[in-house]
Amino acid sequence: MKFTTLEAKTVVVPAENIDTDQIIPARYLKAVTKDGLGEGLFRDWRYNEDGTPKADFPLNKPESKGAEILIAGDNFGCGSSREHAPWALTQYGFRAVVSTSFADIFKGNSLKNGLLPIIVDSDTHKELVANPGMTLKVDLKSATLTLPSGKSVTFPIDPFAQQMLLDGVDELGYMLQQDAAIQAFEAKRVGSVNTLQ
Amino acid sequence: MSKPRTIVEKIWDSHVVAQHPGAPALLFIDLHLAHEVTSPQAFDELRKRGLKVRRPDLTIATMDHSTPTSSRDLPVLDANGAAQLAQMEKNCAEFGIRLYNRMNDHQGIVHVIGPEQGLTQPGMTIVCGDSHTATHGAFGALAFGIGTSQVGHVFATQCLLQQPSKSYEIRVDGQLKPGVTAKDIILAVIAKIGIGGGTECVFEFTGSAIRSLSMEERMTICNMSIEGGARAGLVAPDDTTYQYLANREYGPKGADFDAAVARWKQLPTDEGATYAHRLVIDASTLEPMVTFGTNPGMGIAISENIPDPAAHTGSQKMDLEKALHYMDLKPNVPLKGHPINVVFVGSCTNSRISDLRAAAAVIKGRKVSPNVRMMVVPGSQQVKKQAEAEGLDKIFREAGADFREAGCSMCLAMNGDQLSPGEYCVSTSNRNFEGRQGKGGRTFLASPQTAAASAVMGVVADVRTLL
Repeated sequence: MKFTTLEAKTVVVPAENIDTDQIIPARYLKAVTKDGLGEGLFRDWRYNEDGTPKADFPLNKPESKGAEILIAGDNFGCGSSREHAPWALTQYGFRAVVSTSFADIFKGNSLKNGLLPIIVDSDTHKELVANPGMTLKVDLKSATLTLPSGKSVTFPIDPFAQQMLLDGVDELGYMLQQDAAIQAFEAKRVGSVNTLQ
Repeated sequence: MSKPRTIVEKIWDSHVVAQHPGAPALLFIDLHLAHEVTSPQAFDELRKRGLKVRRPDLTIATMDHSTPTSSRDLPVLDANGAAQLAQMEKNCAEFGIRLYNRMNDHQGIVHVIGPEQGLTQPGMTIVCGDSHTATHGAFGALAFGIGTSQVGHVFATQCLLQQPSKSYEIRVDGQLKPGVTAKDIILAVIAKIGIGGGTECVFEFTGSAIRSLSMEERMTICNMSIEGGARAGLVAPDDTTYQYLANREYGPKGADFDAAVARWKQLPTDEGATYAHRLVIDASTLEPMVTFGTNPGMGIAISENIPDPAAHTGSQKMDLEKALHYMDLKPNVPLKGHPINVVFVGSCTNSRISDLRAAAAVIKGRKVSPNVRMMVVPGSQQVKKQAEAEGLDKIFREAGADFREAGCSMCLAMNGDQLSPGEYCVSTSNRNFEGRQGKGGRTFLASPQTAAASAVMGVVADVRTLL
């Protein structure tokens, strides 16, 4: 999934340590495709017992409509390895998540699905949290995030993942090109590891 | 002399297939474990691209997450769960992968069956589409959880693109007191460093307390590395490891075993190797631990009071307030004595035979409180068989507990085993996130001993009073 630039509105869910069970509860994991996961996003935070939306949850507020950047608290995406989490976020319409840190597996999964995990310093984060609905500009090539005030911050990103996103290609294609190296490695290791068959 | 290396560096170095400038290392994977929940979309990707599973001989699949733990004679009642299990059968047949389906006597939780069958061995790289893959690190393997895209990468290439991790030594010295277990060690570690404390790191658990643990206890500790934010956690192999591995079904035998042991003995971290981070804990100071909140870092010793958000500031305060609100608990009072509705003994953290023995020892000759529903879910069919051979099933049933078939069960409540809204559960699993064990359910994480004592007392209990 290609990602170059983004100019979009934010919505703020400020809690820290938002785990993947909140992002998409396990009962949505019985799917055998990637379809329909958007409706499970933050399901138990978004909806009441009777299925009506909770009016005070940030995503349900009218002004949050069309927001493509999620601002969330520290250590976003902790917990399970379910890639259903970034699938649910992207199907809902998010293109980027901004936090002060991300759990490792979630970060890796997001980068493989065109969802940009943007790490910012705590001062910038405070500013973003205090001002929901800001329009931010993201430029992946320079790895910069620009606020409406013109303040611009750079964010860390693995250069390889960055290039994959800019080119709109995926890792598997690159890996399949390494076939000769994999064959050579396998030949060297015959017998050193027990196989199952 | 070459530079001293950690065990992680040694495993890493021996698995790099290629390393191109500007790209992550291409790392070879020795064992790929698959289950029904995180694999279907990866199989679809193979079909879409016309690819095969490159090494079915290094791949094994089981059914655990959405698998019912009711009698195997009964059909799978949940239509979506049944469809997912049927899809797993179809995918494994089509791609030539050995599958332990729910009728197979090798079926079980993916992180229980790997070690049990000798598939998990020191020095290996092991992955699975499941964050608790770190469990296999107990054998001195580099084992970590991956997402479904990466499951597809490993199916297709038997490799993963990986950046090296930072090293983090967690040294636990001293002797555990009676009633204090491996689970309490790891809950104490996570309470100390927080659930993001190990981000970008691999834990190496060292020290005399770790050395004196059995393999199953080491698995409990490594299992919850992810709850400390780490990518993986491991324990260097030693005689305990080699003894466990002797004569396992898929482990090396005879002269091959001796040769393997000689190889495995090269793995432990060299003297003089350095770690990026280090934590030292004295095991003798630990008490039974229990969590009060909605992430695994919110743990206290059983004698302690629930913390007061007012003693904290900023986001920490908000986090605690939110947790206590969800849990409907008050600060500054003990959690010990708090009424409970359910006790769950199971999960990849604590469902092995030694866990069941420990819980049974507390339950034996006692009754589960009439206010409590207790579920015991063995980690595998083999664990279940062993428990039955030892009469543990009878001990649980006579006490009034439900003894079930193998699976992940109420750890993540995908298979119909779940809490009702508002219920309190003392659980031997690994996550106490909101709704994890069922929408609106509330989880107190603890050891099998603490869980069993709580089942008997009907409240969060200190097992030491029953020893």
